[in-house]
Amino acid sequence: MKPIVILGSGLAGYSVIRELRKLDRDIPVTLVTRDTGDYYSKPMLSNALAQGKDAAGLVLTRAADMAAQLGIRMLVETEVRAIDRTNRTLDTTSGALEYDRLVIALGADPIRIPVQGDAAGAVMSVNDIADYGRFRDLLGNKGRIAIMGGGLIGCEFANDLAAAGHAVSVIDPGPWPIASLMPEQAGRQLLAPLAALGVDWRFGTSVSRVDRAASGYLLTLADGAQLQADLVLSAVGLRPRITLAQAAGLKVNRGIAVEAYLRSSDPAIFALGDCAEIEGRVLPFVLPIMHAARALAKTLAGEETRAVFPAMPVVVKTPAHPIAVLPVARDAVGDWQTLAAGDGVKMAFFDKLDRLTGFTLSGEFAGERNEMSKRVHAPQPA
Amino acid sequence: MKVWQCVVCGFIYNEVAGMPEEGIKPGTRWADIPADWACPDCGVAKADFEMIEV
Repeated sequence: MKPIVILGSGLAGYSVIRELRKLDRDIPVTLVTRDTGDYYSKPMLSNALAQGKDAAGLVLTRAADMAAQLGIRMLVETEVRAIDRTNRTLDTTSGALEYDRLVIALGADPIRIPVQGDAAGAVMSVNDIADYGRFRDLLGNKGRIAIMGGGLIGCEFANDLAAAGHAVSVIDPGPWPIASLMPEQAGRQLLAPLAALGVDWRFGTSVSRVDRAASGYLLTLADGAQLQADLVLSAVGLRPRITLAQAAGLKVNRGIAVEAYLRSSDPAIFALGDCAEIEGRVLPFVLPIMHAARALAKTLAGEETRAVFPAMPVVVKTPAHPIAVLPVARDAVGDWQTLAAGDGVKMAFFDKLDRLTGFTLSGEFAGERNEMSKRVHAPQPA
Repeated sequence: MKVWQCVVCGFIYNEVAGMPEEGIKPGTRWADIPADWACPDCGVAKADFEMIEV
């Protein structure tokens, strides 16, 4: 019997297998990954420094133990070159591999904003555990870190690096922290607590040049300002990995296009996680992955199941000022209202029918995430 | 008394310590935590925790 083949050993790939094994111990499963296959928690990458964890310390379960626990075959450090859909066969760097059904869970690549300068290539991103290992090695006891991007990941790294004793600058063309997810009054709550840790905020500008300096790098910003840094970290967002699917002729938009059952334009091929676009939406962060994995596992086990997404608040791991946010769509019509303010804010978004469809909880209110989620109007359409 | 770990973010719940800041008293067994409780670090549901050996 040909196996179900899963591409990718991140949270999406492993969650599908874990959920499938709760339903069926016997169906053959092969996991193909270009990484080592060690299981780790990606959200910890931006919170590990202050805890003194190196890359090895982030591994929750070694690849061989995952394979044994889950009863799967594993092809590690293996790249998939092409999908032959007619013969349901993968061309991989470890040889040909037949599949019965294929699950693409390849994740996303960091977006890189082009910058000028003779050290533009030295700008780093941390998107997986190997990146984290290199980043931590290079970091050493270097003092000054410049972070390109003041979104969720940029702010988490800023908090983590500052708490670990580094001097951090955050450069972002937007108007306030995490502006894509949070209204102004909530985003600004982060400014003072992180500044108190030593974070130097630079909003409304971007990095134009990175050049080598006598020690470290000299950054030139679009507004003409210059600053010194020993290490430059880029955290400006992710782009779904679609090239393999695209080359195989699958329908892709921003991500690999799938419907509510996570099925692509080929009925034998599914996708979930950061590489997927589910009914037109790319759903980032961890909670959508858990819901999608559960539904897909049922479908793979023989019970066709739609992925249904409830209110999925995002937790921003900034211990200096914790935040939980249920974002609303960019084009949502309605108003943010402040329900309470103190050491932080409690804000809710009401749509034009006065229904609560989003919220932002910061500081002392961050712990009210579950209560607020229960007040959210109806499950959000997938 | 057992120790549980969130499989998504690595957060650890120790039954001996409980989580007083979340309103869960020391000594609260995993089974007695409400089903709608979610990981305080990453927000995943109680069902996604796994027990780990200590």
